[in-house]
Amino acid sequence: MSNIAIKTDAVIIGAGPVGLFAVFELGLLDIRCHVLDILDKPGGQCAELYPEKPIYDIPAYPVISGQELTDRLMEQIEPFSPEFHLNQMVESLQETPEGSFVITTDDGLVLEAKVVVIAAGGGSFMPKKPPIPGIDDYEGTSVFYAVKRMEEFRDRNILVVGGGDSALDWCLNLQPLAKKITLIHRRDAFRAAPDSVQKMRALVENNDMEFTLGQIKELHGKDGRLEKVTAQRADGLFDIECDTMLPFFGLTMKLGPLANWGLNLNENLIPVDTEKFQTSTPGIFAIGDINTYPGKLKLILSGFHEAALMAQQAFRLIHPDEKLLFQYTTSSSSLQKKLGVK
Amino acid sequence: MPKITFIEFDGTERTVDAVANSTVMETARRNDVPGIEAECGGSCACATCHIYVDPRWLEKTGERSAMEEDMLDFAFDVRENSRLSCQIKVSDELEGLIVRTPEKQF
Repeated sequence: MSNIAIKTDAVIIGAGPVGLFAVFELGLLDIRCHVLDILDKPGGQCAELYPEKPIYDIPAYPVISGQELTDRLMEQIEPFSPEFHLNQMVESLQETPEGSFVITTDDGLVLEAKVVVIAAGGGSFMPKKPPIPGIDDYEGTSVFYAVKRMEEFRDRNILVVGGGDSALDWCLNLQPLAKKITLIHRRDAFRAAPDSVQKMRALVENNDMEFTLGQIKELHGKDGRLEKVTAQRADGLFDIECDTMLPFFGLTMKLGPLANWGLNLNENLIPVDTEKFQTSTPGIFAIGDINTYPGKLKLILSGFHEAALMAQQAFRLIHPDEKLLFQYTTSSSSLQKKLGVK
Repeated sequence: MPKITFIEFDGTERTVDAVANSTVMETARRNDVPGIEAECGGSCACATCHIYVDPRWLEKTGERSAMEEDMLDFAFDVRENSRLSCQIKVSDELEGLIVRTPEKQF
Protein backbone atom coordinates (compact mmCIF):
# COMPACT_ATOMS: atom_id res chain seq x y z
CA MET A 1 0.00 0.00 0.00
CA SER A 2 1.39 3.40 -0.79
CA ASN A 3 0.13 6.95 -0.58
CA ILE A 4 -3.53 6.12 -0.58
CA ALA A 5 -4.97 9.07 1.26
CA ILE A 6 -7.96 8.02 3.28
CA LYS A 7 -10.11 10.89 4.51
CA THR A 8 -12.11 10.30 7.63
CA ASP A 9 -13.56 11.99 10.69
CA ALA A 10 -11.43 10.25 13.28
CA VAL A 11 -8.32 8.11 13.41
CA ILE A 12 -7.74 6.07 16.53
CA ILE A 13 -4.15 5.01 17.14
CA GLY A 14 -4.21 1.77 19.09
CA ALA A 15 -6.77 -1.05 18.96
CA GLY A 16 -6.63 -2.00 22.63
CA PRO A 17 -9.80 -2.04 24.73
CA VAL A 18 -9.84 1.73 25.15
CA GLY A 19 -9.27 2.41 21.44
CA LEU A 20 -12.06 -0.02 20.61
CA PHE A 21 -14.48 1.58 23.04
CA ALA A 22 -13.63 4.98 21.56
CA VAL A 23 -15.12 3.66 18.29
CA PHE A 24 -18.36 3.07 20.20
CA GLU A 25 -18.53 6.47 21.87
CA LEU A 26 -17.62 8.31 18.66
CA GLY A 27 -19.98 6.10 16.69
CA LEU A 28 -22.94 7.11 18.86
CA LEU A 29 -22.19 10.66 17.75
CA ASP A 30 -22.03 9.62 14.08
CA ILE A 31 -18.26 9.96 13.87
CA ARG A 32 -16.66 7.35 11.59
CA CYS A 33 -13.38 5.86 12.71
CA HIS A 34 -10.33 4.25 11.23
CA VAL A 35 -8.30 2.28 13.76
CA LEU A 36 -4.57 1.66 13.43
CA ASP A 37 -2.47 -0.85 15.34
CA ILE A 38 1.03 -2.24 15.11
CA LEU A 39 -0.16 -5.74 16.06
CA ASP A 40 -1.80 -8.10 13.60
CA LYS A 41 -4.97 -8.29 15.69
CA PRO A 42 -7.16 -5.98 17.79
CA GLY A 43 -7.02 -6.13 21.58
CA GLY A 44 -3.67 -4.52 22.38
CA GLN A 45 -2.11 -5.78 25.59
CA CYS A 46 -5.26 -7.80 26.35
CA ALA A 47 -4.73 -9.83 23.20
CA GLU A 48 -0.94 -9.87 23.12
CA LEU A 49 0.12 -10.12 26.76
CA TYR A 50 -2.73 -11.81 28.55
CA PRO A 51 -5.44 -13.23 26.26
CA GLU A 52 -6.17 -16.04 28.71
CA LYS A 53 -5.56 -14.18 31.94
CA PRO A 54 -8.53 -13.11 34.02
CA ILE A 55 -9.45 -9.46 34.58
CA TYR A 56 -11.55 -8.84 37.68
CA ASP A 57 -12.32 -5.13 37.53
CA ILE A 58 -14.45 -4.67 34.45
CA PRO A 59 -17.85 -3.43 35.67
CA ALA A 60 -20.56 -6.10 35.47
CA TYR A 61 -18.04 -8.85 34.69
CA PRO A 62 -16.86 -10.52 37.90
CA VAL A 63 -14.23 -12.12 35.71
CA ILE A 64 -13.41 -11.86 32.01
CA SER A 65 -10.32 -12.85 30.02
CA GLY A 66 -8.35 -10.40 27.91
CA GLN A 67 -9.47 -12.15 24.74
CA GLU A 68 -13.10 -12.29 25.75
CA LEU A 69 -13.10 -8.59 26.61
CA THR A 70 -11.62 -7.88 23.18
CA ASP A 71 -14.16 -10.11 21.43
CA ARG A 72 -17.07 -8.45 23.25
CA LEU A 73 -15.84 -4.97 22.44
CA MET A 74 -15.49 -5.95 18.78
CA GLU A 75 -19.09 -7.16 18.88
CA GLN A 76 -20.23 -3.96 20.60
CA ILE A 77 -18.63 -1.67 17.99
CA GLU A 78 -19.64 -3.75 14.99
CA PRO A 79 -22.68 -1.52 14.17
CA PHE A 80 -20.28 1.36 13.53
CA SER A 81 -18.19 -0.59 10.97
CA PRO A 82 -14.81 0.79 11.98
CA GLU A 83 -12.05 0.21 9.47
CA PHE A 84 -9.01 -1.52 10.88
CA HIS A 85 -5.49 -1.10 9.56
CA LEU A 86 -3.40 -3.69 11.34
CA ASN A 87 0.36 -4.34 11.22
CA GLN A 88 0.80 -0.59 10.84
CA MET A 89 3.13 1.49 12.95
CA VAL A 90 2.18 5.14 12.89
CA GLU A 91 5.34 7.03 12.02
CA SER A 92 4.23 10.62 11.76
CA LEU A 93 1.34 12.81 12.77
CA GLN A 94 1.21 16.31 11.35
CA GLU A 95 -1.28 19.12 11.45
CA THR A 96 -2.26 20.63 8.10
CA PRO A 97 -2.72 24.38 7.60
CA GLU A 98 -6.48 23.69 7.43
CA GLY A 99 -6.39 22.23 10.93
CA SER A 100 -6.82 18.57 10.09
CA PHE A 101 -4.21 15.87 10.67
CA VAL A 102 -2.18 13.67 8.34
CA ILE A 103 -1.02 10.32 9.65
CA THR A 104 1.50 8.13 7.88
CA THR A 105 2.49 4.58 8.74
CA ASP A 106 5.62 2.52 8.18
CA ASP A 107 3.75 0.64 5.46
CA GLY A 108 3.10 3.82 3.48
CA LEU A 109 -0.52 4.24 4.50
CA VAL A 110 -1.66 7.87 4.61
CA LEU A 111 -4.79 9.03 6.39
CA GLU A 112 -6.27 12.46 6.87
CA ALA A 113 -8.55 13.00 9.84
CA LYS A 114 -10.33 15.84 11.57
CA VAL A 115 -9.48 14.45 14.98
CA VAL A 116 -6.91 11.96 16.20
CA VAL A 117 -7.33 9.81 19.27
CA ILE A 118 -4.13 8.37 20.69
CA ALA A 119 -5.03 5.21 22.61
CA ALA A 120 -1.56 3.76 22.40
CA GLY A 121 -1.37 2.18 25.85
CA GLY A 122 2.25 1.51 26.74
CA GLY A 123 3.39 2.40 23.23
CA SER A 124 4.12 0.20 20.24
CA PHE A 125 4.76 -3.50 20.57
CA MET A 126 8.16 -4.09 19.05
CA PRO A 127 10.45 -7.12 18.86
CA LYS A 128 12.73 -7.53 21.85
CA LYS A 129 16.39 -7.08 21.03
CA PRO A 130 18.62 -9.37 23.06
CA PRO A 131 21.36 -7.34 24.77
CA ILE A 132 24.24 -9.17 23.10
CA PRO A 133 27.28 -6.88 22.89
CA GLY A 134 27.68 -5.33 19.43
CA ILE A 135 24.35 -6.61 18.06
CA ASP A 136 23.46 -3.15 16.73
CA ASP A 137 26.31 -3.36 14.21
CA TYR A 138 24.65 -6.31 12.49
CA GLU A 139 21.03 -5.15 12.49
CA GLY A 140 19.54 -4.91 9.02
CA THR A 141 22.46 -6.74 7.38
CA SER A 142 22.86 -9.96 9.33
CA VAL A 143 20.50 -9.68 12.29
CA PHE A 144 16.75 -9.39 11.69
CA TYR A 145 13.91 -9.32 14.21
CA ALA A 146 11.22 -9.95 11.64
CA VAL A 147 11.00 -11.49 8.20
CA LYS A 148 9.36 -9.20 5.67
CA ARG A 149 10.41 -10.84 2.41
CA MET A 150 11.44 -14.48 2.56
CA GLU A 151 13.37 -14.26 -0.70
CA GLU A 152 16.01 -12.11 1.02
CA PHE A 153 16.97 -15.16 3.03
CA ARG A 154 17.59 -17.48 0.11
CA ASP A 155 20.94 -19.31 0.27
CA ARG A 156 21.79 -17.82 3.63
CA ASN A 157 23.23 -19.73 6.55
CA ILE A 158 20.60 -18.87 9.14
CA LEU A 159 20.60 -19.16 12.91
CA VAL A 160 17.13 -18.87 14.46
CA VAL A 161 17.06 -18.10 18.19
CA GLY A 162 14.06 -18.87 20.41
CA GLY A 163 11.42 -21.46 21.18
CA GLY A 164 8.09 -19.85 20.44
CA ASP A 165 5.84 -19.84 17.40
CA SER A 166 7.80 -17.15 15.55
CA ALA A 167 11.07 -19.06 15.91
CA LEU A 168 9.55 -22.39 14.85
CA ASP A 169 7.42 -20.96 12.04
CA TRP A 170 10.37 -19.19 10.46
CA CYS A 171 12.53 -22.29 10.73
CA LEU A 172 9.90 -24.22 8.84
CA ASN A 173 9.21 -21.48 6.29
CA LEU A 174 12.81 -20.59 5.56
CA GLN A 175 14.21 -24.12 5.61
CA PRO A 176 13.47 -24.81 1.90
CA LEU A 177 15.18 -21.54 0.87
CA ALA A 178 18.12 -21.41 3.21
CA LYS A 179 21.54 -22.83 2.53
CA LYS A 180 21.54 -24.07 6.09
CA ILE A 181 19.28 -23.45 9.04
CA THR A 182 20.00 -23.96 12.72
CA LEU A 183 17.66 -23.45 15.65
CA ILE A 184 19.12 -22.60 19.03
CA HIS A 185 17.03 -22.51 22.18
CA ARG A 186 17.88 -22.55 25.87
CA ARG A 187 15.97 -25.77 26.59
CA ASP A 188 14.63 -28.80 24.78
CA ALA A 189 11.02 -27.70 25.25
CA PHE A 190 9.04 -25.24 23.18
CA ARG A 191 6.11 -22.90 23.68
CA ALA A 192 5.32 -23.18 19.99
CA ALA A 193 2.40 -25.16 18.57
CA PRO A 194 3.09 -28.91 19.01
CA ASP A 195 2.55 -29.48 15.30
CA SER A 196 5.36 -27.04 14.42
CA VAL A 197 7.66 -28.64 16.97
CA GLN A 198 6.96 -32.05 15.47
CA LYS A 199 7.73 -30.77 11.96
CA MET A 200 10.94 -29.16 13.17
CA ARG A 201 12.04 -32.40 14.85
CA ALA A 202 11.30 -34.34 11.66
CA LEU A 203 13.54 -31.97 9.69
CA VAL A 204 16.30 -32.39 12.26
CA GLU A 205 15.87 -36.16 12.11
CA ASN A 206 16.28 -35.95 8.34
CA ASN A 207 19.39 -33.77 8.61
CA ASP A 208 17.54 -30.98 6.83
CA MET A 209 18.12 -28.60 9.71
CA GLU A 210 19.92 -28.52 13.04
CA PHE A 211 18.75 -27.94 16.56
CA THR A 212 21.09 -27.11 19.39
CA LEU A 213 20.67 -26.19 23.02
CA GLY A 214 22.31 -22.98 24.14
CA GLN A 215 22.17 -19.24 24.67
CA ILE A 216 23.99 -16.68 22.53
CA LYS A 217 26.90 -14.95 24.23
CA GLU A 218 28.94 -13.24 21.51
CA LEU A 219 28.74 -12.30 17.86
CA HIS A 220 31.72 -12.37 15.52
CA GLY A 221 32.09 -10.80 12.09
CA LYS A 222 33.06 -7.55 10.44
CA ASP A 223 31.46 -4.64 8.59
CA GLY A 224 28.02 -5.72 9.68
CA ARG A 225 28.51 -9.21 8.23
CA LEU A 226 28.05 -11.94 10.80
CA GLU A 227 30.43 -14.89 10.52
CA LYS A 228 29.78 -16.90 13.64
CA VAL A 229 28.31 -16.70 17.12
CA THR A 230 29.54 -18.03 20.41
CA ALA A 231 26.91 -19.78 22.47
CA GLN A 232 26.85 -21.32 25.89
CA ARG A 233 25.27 -24.49 27.17
CA ALA A 234 25.75 -26.65 30.24
CA ASP A 235 28.99 -28.19 28.91
CA GLY A 236 30.59 -24.87 28.02
CA LEU A 237 31.06 -22.44 25.14
CA PHE A 238 30.87 -23.40 21.47
CA ASP A 239 30.74 -21.63 18.10
CA ILE A 240 28.10 -21.78 15.38
CA GLU A 241 28.94 -20.54 11.89
CA CYS A 242 26.20 -18.44 10.33
CA ASP A 243 25.78 -15.29 8.24
CA THR A 244 22.29 -14.46 9.44
CA MET A 245 20.67 -14.46 12.86
CA LEU A 246 16.96 -14.18 13.59
CA PRO A 247 16.34 -13.69 17.33
CA PHE A 248 12.72 -14.19 18.45
CA PHE A 249 12.34 -13.16 22.08
CA GLY A 250 8.78 -11.88 21.93
CA LEU A 251 7.57 -8.31 21.95
CA THR A 252 8.02 -5.39 24.27
CA MET A 253 6.33 -2.02 24.47
CA LYS A 254 8.27 1.03 23.38
CA LEU A 255 7.05 4.58 23.07
CA GLY A 256 8.30 4.58 19.47
CA PRO A 257 7.75 7.41 16.97
CA LEU A 258 5.06 9.01 19.15
CA ALA A 259 7.85 10.87 20.95
CA ASN A 260 8.51 12.87 17.76
CA TRP A 261 5.00 14.12 17.10
CA GLY A 262 5.52 17.44 18.85
CA LEU A 263 3.19 16.67 21.74
CA ASN A 264 4.01 17.64 25.29
CA LEU A 265 5.21 14.56 27.14
CA ASN A 266 5.66 13.93 30.82
CA GLU A 267 7.76 10.85 31.59
CA ASN A 268 6.69 9.22 28.32
CA LEU A 269 3.02 9.93 29.01
CA ILE A 270 0.82 12.50 27.32
CA PRO A 271 -0.67 15.10 29.67
CA VAL A 272 -4.34 15.82 29.02
CA ASP A 273 -7.09 17.83 30.67
CA THR A 274 -9.80 15.89 32.46
CA GLU A 275 -12.72 17.54 30.71
CA LYS A 276 -11.89 16.71 27.12
CA PHE A 277 -8.85 14.45 27.38
CA GLN A 278 -7.22 16.64 24.81
CA THR A 279 -3.44 16.95 24.39
CA SER A 280 -1.43 20.15 23.98
CA THR A 281 -2.65 20.16 20.35
CA PRO A 282 -6.41 20.79 19.99
CA GLY A 283 -7.94 18.00 17.94
CA ILE A 284 -5.48 15.40 19.22
CA PHE A 285 -6.79 13.42 22.16
CA ALA A 286 -5.06 10.87 24.37
CA ILE A 287 -6.99 8.23 26.31
CA GLY A 288 -6.14 5.11 28.28
CA ASP A 289 -2.74 4.14 29.69
CA ILE A 290 -0.82 6.56 27.45
CA ASN A 291 -2.21 9.71 29.10
CA THR A 292 -1.58 11.34 32.45
CA TYR A 293 -3.46 13.79 34.64
CA PRO A 294 -3.75 14.35 38.38
CA GLY A 295 -5.17 11.20 39.93
CA LYS A 296 -4.75 9.07 36.81
CA LEU A 297 -5.26 5.34 37.29
CA LYS A 298 -4.10 2.99 34.56
CA LEU A 299 -7.28 0.98 34.49
CA ILE A 300 -9.30 -0.15 31.49
CA LEU A 301 -12.43 1.28 33.09
CA SER A 302 -10.79 4.71 33.43
CA GLY A 303 -9.99 4.56 29.72
CA PHE A 304 -13.65 3.83 28.91
CA HIS A 305 -14.73 6.93 30.82
CA GLU A 306 -12.06 8.99 29.08
CA ALA A 307 -13.32 7.77 25.69
CA ALA A 308 -16.85 8.97 26.46
CA LEU A 309 -15.73 12.47 27.42
CA MET A 310 -13.26 12.71 24.56
CA ALA A 311 -16.07 11.93 22.10
CA GLN A 312 -18.06 14.95 23.26
CA GLN A 313 -15.26 17.35 22.39
CA ALA A 314 -14.43 15.48 19.18
CA PHE A 315 -18.03 16.04 18.08
CA ARG A 316 -17.81 19.78 18.82
CA LEU A 317 -14.64 20.04 16.72
CA ILE A 318 -15.99 18.03 13.80
CA HIS A 319 -19.44 19.66 13.84
CA PRO A 320 -18.89 23.15 15.26
CA ASP A 321 -22.34 24.33 14.16
CA GLU A 322 -24.35 21.42 15.48
CA LYS A 323 -25.83 21.15 18.91
CA LEU A 324 -24.83 18.06 20.84
CA LEU A 325 -27.80 16.44 22.47
CA PHE A 326 -27.08 14.17 25.41
CA GLN A 327 -29.00 10.91 25.06
CA TYR A 328 -29.22 7.52 26.73
CA THR A 329 -28.92 4.33 24.69
CA THR A 330 -31.72 2.87 26.83
CA SER A 331 -34.31 5.41 25.74
CA SER A 332 -33.10 7.15 22.60
CA SER A 333 -34.60 5.68 19.45
CA SER A 334 -32.04 7.50 17.32
CA LEU A 335 -29.11 5.93 19.23
CA GLN A 336 -30.80 2.56 19.07
CA LYS A 337 -31.16 2.93 15.32
CA LYS A 338 -27.41 3.51 15.04
CA LEU A 339 -26.82 0.43 17.13
CA GLY A 340 -29.07 -1.61 14.87
CA VAL A 341 -31.56 -2.36 17.66
CA LYS A 342 -34.73 -3.81 16.20
CA MET B 1 8.05 -8.69 58.00
CA PRO B 2 10.87 -10.48 56.15
CA LYS B 3 13.74 -8.48 54.77
CA ILE B 4 14.90 -9.03 51.20
CA THR B 5 18.27 -8.00 49.82
CA PHE B 6 18.55 -7.02 46.18
CA ILE B 7 22.04 -6.93 44.69
CA GLU B 8 22.38 -5.00 41.47
CA PHE B 9 24.61 -5.93 38.55
CA ASP B 10 27.27 -3.48 39.76
CA GLY B 11 27.22 -4.85 43.30
CA THR B 12 25.00 -2.20 44.88
CA GLU B 13 23.10 -3.81 47.74
CA ARG B 14 19.72 -2.76 48.99
CA THR B 15 17.87 -4.41 51.85
CA VAL B 16 14.19 -3.62 52.10
CA ASP B 17 11.17 -4.71 54.12
CA ALA B 18 9.03 -7.08 52.14
CA VAL B 19 5.32 -6.49 52.03
CA ALA B 20 3.15 -9.28 53.44
CA ASN B 21 1.14 -11.26 50.89
CA SER B 22 3.03 -9.65 48.06
CA THR B 23 5.68 -10.94 45.70
CA VAL B 24 9.39 -10.26 45.38
CA MET B 25 8.58 -8.21 42.26
CA GLU B 26 6.03 -6.06 44.12
CA THR B 27 8.45 -5.58 46.99
CA ALA B 28 11.10 -4.40 44.53
CA ARG B 29 8.72 -2.02 42.76
CA ARG B 30 7.34 -0.58 45.99
CA ASN B 31 10.86 0.11 47.23
CA ASP B 32 12.08 1.55 43.93
CA VAL B 33 14.65 -1.19 43.43
CA PRO B 34 16.06 -0.57 39.94
CA GLY B 35 16.46 -3.33 37.36
CA ILE B 36 12.96 -4.79 37.61
CA GLU B 37 10.49 -3.52 35.08
CA ALA B 38 7.51 -5.86 35.42
CA GLU B 39 5.96 -4.66 32.18
CA CYS B 40 2.92 -6.92 32.47
CA GLY B 41 2.22 -5.96 36.07
CA GLY B 42 2.86 -9.35 37.60
CA SER B 43 0.69 -11.67 35.57
CA CYS B 44 3.57 -13.89 34.42
CA ALA B 45 3.07 -12.62 30.89
CA CYS B 46 6.46 -11.08 30.16
CA ALA B 47 9.95 -11.66 31.49
CA THR B 48 10.93 -8.20 32.64
CA CYS B 49 11.12 -9.05 36.34
CA HIS B 50 13.84 -11.66 35.79
CA ILE B 51 16.16 -12.15 38.78
CA TYR B 52 18.79 -14.61 39.98
CA VAL B 53 18.05 -16.20 43.34
CA ASP B 54 21.06 -16.64 45.60
CA PRO B 55 21.83 -20.38 45.34
CA ARG B 56 21.41 -20.83 49.09
CA TRP B 57 17.78 -19.75 48.77
CA LEU B 58 16.77 -21.90 45.82
CA GLU B 59 15.10 -24.55 47.93
CA LYS B 60 12.97 -22.09 49.89
CA THR B 61 11.88 -20.06 46.86
CA GLY B 62 10.58 -23.23 45.23
CA GLU B 63 10.32 -24.47 41.68
CA ARG B 64 9.44 -22.59 38.53
CA SER B 65 5.93 -23.28 37.25
CA ALA B 66 5.48 -24.47 33.66
CA MET B 67 4.17 -21.04 32.67
CA GLU B 68 7.12 -19.31 34.29
CA GLU B 69 9.49 -21.67 32.50
CA ASP B 70 7.84 -20.69 29.20
CA MET B 71 8.11 -17.01 30.00
CA LEU B 72 11.80 -17.33 30.85
CA ASP B 73 12.32 -18.05 27.14
CA PHE B 74 11.79 -14.30 26.72
CA ALA B 75 14.55 -13.43 29.18
CA PHE B 76 18.23 -13.09 28.40
CA ASP B 77 21.05 -15.03 30.06
CA VAL B 78 18.80 -17.52 31.81
CA ARG B 79 20.64 -19.51 34.46
CA GLU B 80 19.77 -22.35 36.80
CA ASN B 81 18.84 -19.84 39.49
CA SER B 82 16.77 -17.63 37.19
CA ARG B 83 13.25 -16.82 38.36
CA LEU B 84 10.56 -14.31 37.54
CA SER B 85 10.26 -12.28 40.72
CA CYS B 86 6.49 -11.86 40.28
CA GLN B 87 6.18 -15.60 40.85
CA ILE B 88 7.92 -15.70 44.23
CA LYS B 89 5.45 -15.09 47.05
CA VAL B 90 6.84 -13.42 50.14
CA SER B 91 6.52 -15.38 53.38
CA ASP B 92 8.24 -15.37 56.76
CA GLU B 93 10.23 -18.36 55.48
CA LEU B 94 12.05 -15.98 53.15
CA GLU B 95 13.49 -13.78 55.93
CA GLY B 96 16.89 -12.65 54.65
CA LEU B 97 16.33 -13.69 51.00
CA ILE B 98 19.06 -12.53 48.63
CA VAL B 99 18.40 -12.04 44.92
CA ARG B 100 20.47 -10.47 42.14
CA THR B 101 19.04 -8.31 39.36
CA PRO B 102 20.44 -8.63 35.82
CA GLU B 103 22.25 -5.77 34.10
CA LYS B 104 19.24 -5.18 31.94
CA GLN B 105 15.71 -6.49 31.60
CA PHE B 106 14.92 -6.64 27.95
